[in-house]
Amino acid sequence: MNWMLALPEIVLACFGMAILIFGVVRKHDSTLLATMFTLGAFLITGFLVATRAAGSGFNGQFVTDSFSTFNKELILLGGALALILSVDWNRSQRIERFEYPVLVLFCTVGMMVMVSASNLMSLYLGLELQSLALYVLAAFARDNVKSSEAGLKYFVLSGLASGLLLYGISLVYGFSGTMDFQALHAALRTPAAAPPGLIVGIVFVLVGLAFKVSAVPFHMWTPDVYEGAPTPVTVFFATAPKVAAMALLLRVMGTSFADLLPAWQALIVLMSIASMVLGALAAIGQRNIKRLMAYSSIGHMGYALIGLAVGSSDGVRGVLVYMTVYVLMTAGTFACILAMKRDGKPVEQIADLSGLATTDPGLALAISVFMFSLAGIPLMAGFFAKLYIFLAAVKAGLFVLAVIGVLTSVVGAFYYIRVIKVMYFDPPVAAFDRRPPALSFVVAATGLFTAFFFLFPAPVVDAAEMASRVLFR
Amino acid sequence: MNAAGFPILSLITWLPLVGCVVIMSVRGDEHTVASNARWTALWTSLLVLALSLVLWVKFDPREPGFQFNESVTWLPHYRIAYKMGVDGISTLFVLLSTVLTPVCILASWESIQVKVREFMLAFLVLETMMVGMFCATDFVVFYMFFEGVLIPMFLIIGVWGGPRRVYAAVKFFLFTLTGSVLMLLALIAMWLQAGTTDISVLMDTHFPVHMQAWLFFALMASFAVKVPMWPVHTWLPDAHVEAPTAGSVILAGVLLKMGAYGFLRFSVPMLPDASQSFAPLIFTLSVIAVVYTSFVALAQEDMKKLIAYSSVAHMGVVTIGIFTFNEQGIQGALFQMLSHGIVSGALFLIVGVVYDRIHSRDIIRYGGLADRMPAYALVFMLFTMASIGLPGTAGFIGEFLVIIGAAQVNFWLALLGGLGMILGAAYMLYLYRRVIFGTITHADLKHILDLSPREWAVFAPLVVLTLWMGIYPSSFTGFFDESVSAMVQHHHDAIATTVKFAQEAVH
Repeated sequence: MNWMLALPEIVLACFGMAILIFGVVRKHDSTLLATMFTLGAFLITGFLVATRAAGSGFNGQFVTDSFSTFNKELILLGGALALILSVDWNRSQRIERFEYPVLVLFCTVGMMVMVSASNLMSLYLGLELQSLALYVLAAFARDNVKSSEAGLKYFVLSGLASGLLLYGISLVYGFSGTMDFQALHAALRTPAAAPPGLIVGIVFVLVGLAFKVSAVPFHMWTPDVYEGAPTPVTVFFATAPKVAAMALLLRVMGTSFADLLPAWQALIVLMSIASMVLGALAAIGQRNIKRLMAYSSIGHMGYALIGLAVGSSDGVRGVLVYMTVYVLMTAGTFACILAMKRDGKPVEQIADLSGLATTDPGLALAISVFMFSLAGIPLMAGFFAKLYIFLAAVKAGLFVLAVIGVLTSVVGAFYYIRVIKVMYFDPPVAAFDRRPPALSFVVAATGLFTAFFFLFPAPVVDAAEMASRVLFR
Repeated sequence: MNAAGFPILSLITWLPLVGCVVIMSVRGDEHTVASNARWTALWTSLLVLALSLVLWVKFDPREPGFQFNESVTWLPHYRIAYKMGVDGISTLFVLLSTVLTPVCILASWESIQVKVREFMLAFLVLETMMVGMFCATDFVVFYMFFEGVLIPMFLIIGVWGGPRRVYAAVKFFLFTLTGSVLMLLALIAMWLQAGTTDISVLMDTHFPVHMQAWLFFALMASFAVKVPMWPVHTWLPDAHVEAPTAGSVILAGVLLKMGAYGFLRFSVPMLPDASQSFAPLIFTLSVIAVVYTSFVALAQEDMKKLIAYSSVAHMGVVTIGIFTFNEQGIQGALFQMLSHGIVSGALFLIVGVVYDRIHSRDIIRYGGLADRMPAYALVFMLFTMASIGLPGTAGFIGEFLVIIGAAQVNFWLALLGGLGMILGAAYMLYLYRRVIFGTITHADLKHILDLSPREWAVFAPLVVLTLWMGIYPSSFTGFFDESVSAMVQHHHDAIATTVKFAQEAVH
């Protein structure tokens, strides 16, 4: 049993418990320190992840390879960004508690287990660890009705999805006799021989995971939770868990059910189209920028799913590049949303951005970079993300999907540029409060990445290329 | 290394961004920043113009292929490189862009008073995008610049435009984007087929005939919106009317040329069979554009709208010329693009002159300007004549060549295409009469001032160019003679090959 493979997860979990004890012992004003420790733990874990050798351990329950490394680093990055953004906000909203970084940390451990899962059992364990922490995080502002509602809503719906997933797992196990991904792959070489019960099981697994990536028609919770949860939690929701769930989906579909592609491809195509269309159309009517971002993320998951529908390592590479760009530009956008404060009170309406180009040109520029990138306008990172996805789709002959994809991206562009319109063309209103330096740092870092990705795409693309070779072999 | 001895095309392309950095680094009160931004933008664009004149001098017109080539590895996995180069077709468009930019900056000197710094930044970024697009010899790089143009133009229309600017800007953005994303798919398909995005390799790649049809429509979706062809021209009048004067000039002068340039650079050489088979479609749409929009122009009450519709008609002539696939037609199309770039740009500047003074574009608000503004009337007349296509002005050569080219294809095509000249005379003279002649009836026109020295400086280069192009066109056609012959030859060879294969398949 090669438990050294799971060293990053073990170390991170130990850090989590230590920070928890530290918080309890120290009692007050421990949040900042706990956050710093957590960030440090993320850093150490990131280093450990990067230096892990590929291999499989715990009787095939747990696997590390280039794919898991790529996604774990991305998850750690997303978690770290969300943590950095939370400090000042939580303090000003009086929800400053040391449990916050600890919850984020345990959630991250869960996600890392998800990414490394190579058995339906470890998959489920990771997923539940992650979800448990997320329920609490969504309701973290417990005196706020909307936040409590978000937590409850997410809990109920996520519980339902977990149930469906578990049911699917039991069906898959019942009809194939194994839960190990490699064994499943070996058992399911011929699509024609797959029993109908197994297909039903796969559909249930797919539904359970689709809920986590908030693909249509399992997206209902997204806008409410995004709007209701405290904004730093929304940042977290929008980044790391999406990466983990997408990675999980890729891993399950790309290893155990890879040869059954004809059986589940249509399902993914439908979800992808539905997500892109709904993400584009439903966002048009939104006035609240957090809800707008919720629909935007639904749309983006639709694009990422194109890569899965392709069912090849090209597609996986597309998804990985897409998720990387998505995490950074989404974190950046939310950092800008966190900067939207007047007299200490957060404002969330798009109209509140009116005339921002006059009152705060720097922030307006950053938001426009993110919006153009989210819309997929060239030279911004978002364009390249879409380029790799469409490249894979055209190569695989999924022309209809590609055409619908580009057309919905035009519809999507409409609401993204409307945000820019509000900032640049509308008369200015009162300026926002001074923003904390941590926020400016995140905005600048992610903004620079988004704007100048085109100069140095190679590191990300090469790493994604390496990672994608593991799946759909 | 290239003929200039240094990477001149990249320098021309990226130098405006250096100007942007300088403008952004200026601190001080609003007045200082504004005046500094104006001067920096002007000097940067003049420097770029001077550099681009090196192209004019050093360009070897006997060489049909790309010159001044540059290549830098960019995405090696996908065999995409940052490649720049110009041939006879693109050189003059680079020059057109670099000439019009300082003119526009000078024209906005007084009319832009709010957010001057941002305006100049947007304009310099726009110049980078335009020049880069004409210089790119890699399809992906081309696409980047092609869409990159959208962002500064969207802001120029939306921030500094007229009352309905937001509607116009969004419409402009979405129309163009819809076309572009379909082109993106075509680009990906061609990339996968050919394994590279190098334009000169793509030109020699033979795409399967059934694939060509789809690619042609995908590319056409993009270029037809940009040209714009009927019936996707509706964004143009809105964008032109609402854009500030300088924005309209660039829109008419360069951005519309991007569509036609795309047809010439991609559709015709890369998809010869599809171009040949869909030429009648293009002809039909173009003839409708020429005749229909000319009549629409006749009914306009707004000066800018009238010129905007006339642009659609003139660009219709260009697309006819491109798809005749003979030397006269394509040369005529190129010449018409250049002359239209200068002349319609100048006409928008003409409107801008009186708009700055009276703040109205309604034709009915004017009349009798000849009394108070004789110099203005003279310049206006010159460009009116050029727009109509009077011999001796730039407009004549292009239309004439296109009609000769069209006559070789189809008599009716030449006749209906030529109708544009007659209708053009009607609406332009009608406009001129209503604005310049008659008696002054509006009180504020009695004290209107004639062209200022700055405005003279704006118009002088355009006047010189218009007359030069009309009187001695060879100094311009000389640039693209060889490239166009090579292109026509290439097209006929490709068609012959397809026919030969088809016959072999039958036997």
